[in-house]
Amino acid sequence: MNIDLPMIFAALMGISILLYVVLDGYDLGVGMLMPAASPDQQDLMVASIGPFWDANETWLVLGIGLLLVAFPKAHGVVLGELYLPVAVMLIGLMFRGVAFEFRMKAQGWHAELWNWLFWFGSFLASLAQGFMLGRYITGFDDGFGFWLFALLVGASVCGGYVLLGATWLVLRTEGELQIKARAWARWGLLWVALGVALVSVATPLASETVRIKWFDFPHTLWLMILPAASVAAGVWVWRSLHPAVADWKPFAGAVVIYVLAFLGLAYSIFPYVVVDRMTIWDAASHESALEFMLWGTAIVLPCIAGYTVFAYRVFRGKVTTALYK
Amino acid sequence: MDANEALLLARTQFGLNIAFHILFPTLTIALAWFLVYFRVRYERARDAGWLATYKLWVKIFALTFAMGVVTGIVMSFQFGTNWPGYMNNVGNIAGPLLAYEVLTAFFLEATFLGVMLFGMNRVPGWLHILSTVMVAVGTSLSAFWILALNSWMQTPTGHVMVDGVWIAGDWWAVIFNPSFPYRFTHMMLASGLTASFAIAGLSAWRLLRAPGDASATGTLRVAVLVAAVLAPLQIFVGDLHGLNTLEHQPAKIAAIEGIWETEQGAPLVLFALPNEKERRNDYAIEIPKGAALVLKHDADAELRGLNEFEPDRPPVAPLFFGFRIMVGIGVSMLALAWFGVWRLRRGPPPRALLWIFSAFTFSGWIATLAGWIVTEVGRQPWLVYGVLRTADAVGHISGAQLGASLTGYVLTYSVMLLAYFVVLTHMAGKGAEQQEGLQ
Repeated sequence: MNIDLPMIFAALMGISILLYVVLDGYDLGVGMLMPAASPDQQDLMVASIGPFWDANETWLVLGIGLLLVAFPKAHGVVLGELYLPVAVMLIGLMFRGVAFEFRMKAQGWHAELWNWLFWFGSFLASLAQGFMLGRYITGFDDGFGFWLFALLVGASVCGGYVLLGATWLVLRTEGELQIKARAWARWGLLWVALGVALVSVATPLASETVRIKWFDFPHTLWLMILPAASVAAGVWVWRSLHPAVADWKPFAGAVVIYVLAFLGLAYSIFPYVVVDRMTIWDAASHESALEFMLWGTAIVLPCIAGYTVFAYRVFRGKVTTALYK
Repeated sequence: MDANEALLLARTQFGLNIAFHILFPTLTIALAWFLVYFRVRYERARDAGWLATYKLWVKIFALTFAMGVVTGIVMSFQFGTNWPGYMNNVGNIAGPLLAYEVLTAFFLEATFLGVMLFGMNRVPGWLHILSTVMVAVGTSLSAFWILALNSWMQTPTGHVMVDGVWIAGDWWAVIFNPSFPYRFTHMMLASGLTASFAIAGLSAWRLLRAPGDASATGTLRVAVLVAAVLAPLQIFVGDLHGLNTLEHQPAKIAAIEGIWETEQGAPLVLFALPNEKERRNDYAIEIPKGAALVLKHDADAELRGLNEFEPDRPPVAPLFFGFRIMVGIGVSMLALAWFGVWRLRRGPPPRALLWIFSAFTFSGWIATLAGWIVTEVGRQPWLVYGVLRTADAVGHISGAQLGASLTGYVLTYSVMLLAYFVVLTHMAGKGAEQQEGLQ
């Protein structure tokens, strides 16, 4: 049998990372919006993500796990280059994760501190993730411009998560908080639009590989469907942030923007797993290992999808009470 | 920076992280099954006491689980960053085992955790119990896979070299390697003891604050009873595990027992200060022929000393003391649990006994850490015993980066651990106050 196992695992890894970004993206976005809300609203915001954040974060473990186990050679290079931003992200995620529990269970100024750490951890993790993406796209090139570029991507990812978080709140809350969330979502969208525009201009300048891929006439004309669709999705989100429009539409639109951005990114990088240095076939594990994992994945992934849908159905609808109350 | 320093920093960072991480799963693996029990008791009796117990411990579980998850994510990155040579050499074997842990265990426990914590009023009782069971199954499955991998690193079998890389020739032999059944059982029992002493300890604490609290008394009884059953089992399994280690990793046993030279009828060293320089034990208190009797069941049998394994042998002191701390706590647990069962049958426990149980709240953590130090340091200088040296797996992260991130982790862990203890004490106290309010 002749299946391209590295290709399958690259796709699985990509899907895991996309799922992580969308799912934990709304958690982190909600976290970053905390300072803009009243204490009661903060409790509702946390309640809207409380049952899900843990499983959402597991997609990161799977994505990084697949990089580690399916492309071990790339894992060493990528995470070696990103060592410090990874450490910053992990510390952010640690504070954010335990703050879910501590902010509800601690007393007095401790509770305040954990509330603050919840916000700060969310922000730190988001910024670090964007920064890592920026470093990754440029193949870890050194120089002031490249570091600035990474910071720009970091800031854009924060905006993107804010958009996801705010549209999630539009979907899951009502009343005053929902009105606030619509306003946040508009700011988030503007921020994303600016970020995506800058990154789209900067990426071909920063990376020759990406430039060649995108500016190859007449292919370029076909490829322009992606940015055009992104603009259309952005406009659609903006218009659906109206109280008369169904509450699920802004979030769905935001997810579409993410999927399009992901496709664009995947196209820019493929077939590299470390840009300009290592293709997915160079970096892949032995096929005995990949085959053994493929069987398990084929059986287990549908189960995961099944009970994930179950969990989201259990908690569907608007949140009206804080957790543990 | 020289290679030794890099190795030392990488090991310090990884060791600190893994030691901090293991505390939390050790508690949650068995606590999840306790939750199933509490939840079923409530479902059958509709009794407010069991509901209070369930609600208190489900919150402690959530907190502990979150600590385990976030520190576990750090591990998933550090496998690659600190030990790139590990994945390059044996990644084809270690990788799939880790992947199976994520796929079969992490998603299961994380997803049903949400339903278990916040879904009690949203799903029917049976479905809530099922969700609690799923969380418990997830935590146990996670232990299964990670211990399969760790045991393979201790006693590797089933691997073959093809085109210069190690791959699995026989997955069954990789997973069910010689030390796996012993190590897995030993760890599950360790988790059971850790959880039962934690539950007993905090229940005793509640009783000290609010004497006569029926819910805390019932919980204390269950926990002490479970401990009384598990403690002797653990000592029995631990002995089997030791004999298995003697067969496959004799250098580890020599270091544990402080046997420097091969000898016949070696004594059992109860206490000593191992002296690495002079290669002898100072201030030793020994039982003549004891080690030969315990390990070979023959007073005159020959035991191989550390001299036979030079220079590939572990350092003696961490193993020697780690082992004695673990066994000492294990034996005290047995004594305390059996006395506790007897005393609790006679009526309300005296305050002194409650204080002792409170003092033992985290005894399982200390014993587990000591045990892991014995088994992990005891594998050195190997990362995968006889296959890959730890020094050959270390990466090229600069000392400055390692140092900076290590500082960050130490600070983060200190804050988290402090907050964990503060909140735990507060929650146990609050549970007691609420109970008083009801009465």
